[in-house]
Amino acid sequence: MIKDAFKFSDKALAEIQRYISHYPEGRQKSALLPALHVAQAENNGWVSPEAMDAIAEILNIQPIEVYEVATFYTMFNLKPVGKHVLEVCRTGPCCLRGADQMIETFKQKLNIEEGETTADGMFTLKPVECLASCGTGPMLQVRETYYENLDSEEAVDQFIEMMRNKEVETPEWAK
Amino acid sequence: MGIKILTEHINVPGIETLEVYRKHGGYRSVEKAIKTMTPDEVVEEVKTSGLRGRGGAGFPAGMKWSFLAKPEGVPRYLVCNADESEPGTFKDRVFMEKNPHALIEGMITSSYALGANTSYIYIRGELLFILRILEKAIAEAYAAGLLGKNILGSGYDLDLHVAPGGGAYICGEETALLESLEGKRGNPRNKPPFPAVKGLFQSPTVVNNVETIASVPWIVNNSGAEYAKIGVGRSTGTKLISASGNINRPGVYEIELGVPVEEFIYSDEYCGGIWKGKQLKAVVPGGSSVPILPADLIMKTATGEQRLMTYESLSDGGFVSGSMLGSGAFIVFDEDQCIVRNTWNYARFYHHESCGQCSPCREGTGWMERVLHRIEHGHGHQQDIDLLVSVAKQIEGNTICPLGDAAAWPVASAIRHFREEFEWHIKHPQEATAPGAVYRGQLAAATV
Repeated sequence: MIKDAFKFSDKALAEIQRYISHYPEGRQKSALLPALHVAQAENNGWVSPEAMDAIAEILNIQPIEVYEVATFYTMFNLKPVGKHVLEVCRTGPCCLRGADQMIETFKQKLNIEEGETTADGMFTLKPVECLASCGTGPMLQVRETYYENLDSEEAVDQFIEMMRNKEVETPEWAK
Repeated sequence: MGIKILTEHINVPGIETLEVYRKHGGYRSVEKAIKTMTPDEVVEEVKTSGLRGRGGAGFPAGMKWSFLAKPEGVPRYLVCNADESEPGTFKDRVFMEKNPHALIEGMITSSYALGANTSYIYIRGELLFILRILEKAIAEAYAAGLLGKNILGSGYDLDLHVAPGGGAYICGEETALLESLEGKRGNPRNKPPFPAVKGLFQSPTVVNNVETIASVPWIVNNSGAEYAKIGVGRSTGTKLISASGNINRPGVYEIELGVPVEEFIYSDEYCGGIWKGKQLKAVVPGGSSVPILPADLIMKTATGEQRLMTYESLSDGGFVSGSMLGSGAFIVFDEDQCIVRNTWNYARFYHHESCGQCSPCREGTGWMERVLHRIEHGHGHQQDIDLLVSVAKQIEGNTICPLGDAAAWPVASAIRHFREEFEWHIKHPQEATAPGAVYRGQLAAATV
């Protein structure tokens, strides 16, 4: 089956080119991780095989070189996700301040398990490891924003309510 | 109140702008180094300072710099390790977020010392919002002639770029970081060759932690000898400590190395004591990788000496009764915390983060996680405890990079100091798996 090629916006292409310019000639592959971040932001929060092929073409590398990297790093979602991906920290220091309870509360309130997306497509619950915010845990990340001290049911309720009415963040380069 | 080398101006409004940063003495070290010192003189000052790598290993920074190979006609690189991912550690994030120019100043002065004309800050992908802050500050520095061609009219050129990771703890290991910076999977490289000989793009490279690089300007401004006067013995200078867990005042604190651990935990200047009036049970003093210590051994060494916040004092007693300063991530456990659950949590982390390259780590971390999972969930066997010790021993020292050690130490030390608690979990599965259940038998004896 031949699928439509992935098309980056002009701003996205410019952002990838900007990264390529940071590296010596012939080392354009170094821009691969930034390019994957750009692709994810352009593609509703996940990186499709078509997007990876487009990156391979831009960087003049084999598609497998993109796949093997995209599957290694945990930030890249390789399947469609909800509008807001809640990356909840599940690591030790956050657990000392109630991360296990926070994750349980999210599961109950959103009626999903870890790794799942709500039926309305609004939220995906994605447990992640330490986000370097241990002093303000329990916490989570959505796109480029940290939400901290979610240490009670009320705090989780307020957060969910706030996110329901929130548009997806536009990254700096797309503004 | 000790001296503040890194955080003196961190809360000044607008310090993230070049203008305010310069008003508070920012970028003086760049002028001093480039206009009045040779690169080797800067390296000498850093050697004299005794500054040790702040990412966790504590290797003398000046010595690392002096290993850098300098073949004719080959570019050299300085790469800043801002991949801060060690559980419990958040000092670099807070520092870069609030005071980005301080890191950039350190990068320029250090790059000059090493003869690098292109330098990179590799930042973990989750911190894209800080990458934006750094890039904004870098743009200001370019506009002011502090970066780019012919810096301050000296003839020295430097380009500085920020590169994001993609979510992988292993990329904090310096050779995995370099692989990642080249757009590859973060598999650590075999050493030798060391990065000082063949690093980024096969060129000589120095990789330093954010805090290490940010300490260089003060050393250049005030001399290495002055820096060496701060601290205790071979633990010179100040250190950023990320304090987390069950304390009243979690946060990042800059301490003069040598502050007593007891003061750090209980003083209102730092952690402010254990929260909710509870008792202290244990501390992991240097990030999740380092051995956990029960309350009595974190306060005093096995020989009864007061434990200090220094590299030497925290490791006094080796792994039998000591731990490590590591990255300075000070994680505090109160009496209600379950050591088995926490050890399982850390084991899951290392299993998740193992790159899979070396069999002992790839298989061993999963094995430890599964055994700890069954103990925590009431299905353990008595022989599981020795099994865990044996698996940990077989991982340790048998891998390309230190992730294997980092996975083995928390398990081995938890069993060493809290064996009774593991035994109780196995003997009393029903009690142990009840909600909120915690073994308290060892607590009375272990509390000071």
